[in-house]
Amino acid sequence: MIQAFAFYLFATLMIVSGAVTILARNPVHSVLWLILAFFNAAGLMVLAGAEFIAMLLIIVYVGAVAVLFLFVVMMLDIDFAELRAGFIRNAPLGVILAVVLFVELFVGILVRSAGDMAIGTAGAATAVPAGLSNTAAIGALLYTRYLFVFEAAGFILLVAMIGAIVLTHRQRSGVRGQNIAKQIARRPEEATINLQPEVGKGVSL
Amino acid sequence: MIGIGHYVVVSAIMFVLGVLGIFLNRKNVIIILMAIELILLSVNLNLVAFSAYLHDLVGQIFAMFVLTVAAGEAAIGLAILVIYFRGRGTIAVDDVNRMKG
Repeated sequence: MIQAFAFYLFATLMIVSGAVTILARNPVHSVLWLILAFFNAAGLMVLAGAEFIAMLLIIVYVGAVAVLFLFVVMMLDIDFAELRAGFIRNAPLGVILAVVLFVELFVGILVRSAGDMAIGTAGAATAVPAGLSNTAAIGALLYTRYLFVFEAAGFILLVAMIGAIVLTHRQRSGVRGQNIAKQIARRPEEATINLQPEVGKGVSL
Repeated sequence: MIGIGHYVVVSAIMFVLGVLGIFLNRKNVIIILMAIELILLSVNLNLVAFSAYLHDLVGQIFAMFVLTVAAGEAAIGLAILVIYFRGRGTIAVDDVNRMKG
């Protein structure tokens, strides 16, 4: 009973916030609704017993991706009203396509629930082990069987980071930056002089 | 009783909302990127639901990799968006034809 209540609460909130994300006039509101959708998806994943992915979703999506979106939306000075010009014109085609897509998916689900197709069962190596927490089980699998895939995922993130930096970096001319090598190469003898000027004479450099 | 069917229906609705978002906001590339995030989120939800249904952890591990690629895609997409805005002063993407492709 309580599971059904939680499921319908999370599912309804997620669908509503997803709909508002794509319909909101202000992209800042869109990002905030997207964050709500992520939180509710994380709730649904917790209900399914996948705590680790749920926490990852909150940390990575809400903590990094959504905040990145928020920064970019606020940083760029954009006339958002002008960008919504084609909204009504594009609506019929989009709605037709969405309805067709949803009917197709829904028919697939109905057909599947009519007769149980044997899509597959858990492999012996990857079955959920008893007595281990979700995070421990994922770690035990990730660092052994999927180690190379895990490394490849890390490499993808590295490439994405370097790519983003290279794309957005720009060399501005006329800016006096810090020359660290020159600073370090400086010695006290060539930088300072020791004088004892007479009273009232001053120093000429 | 909540079963796999409920999860699949919810993630199907989210997927369709993402596709609809791409079609409705054809000019605003920020909303398009957010709609892609919604699609990837629904795929992740599907993977996790089937992982729980089949008692197989591969779904959750694959969901993690989808998350990785989604994060990288968002970073690169927003970087391209920033340099595009720097060059053109707008982010309307319905008439992007710089490369004459």
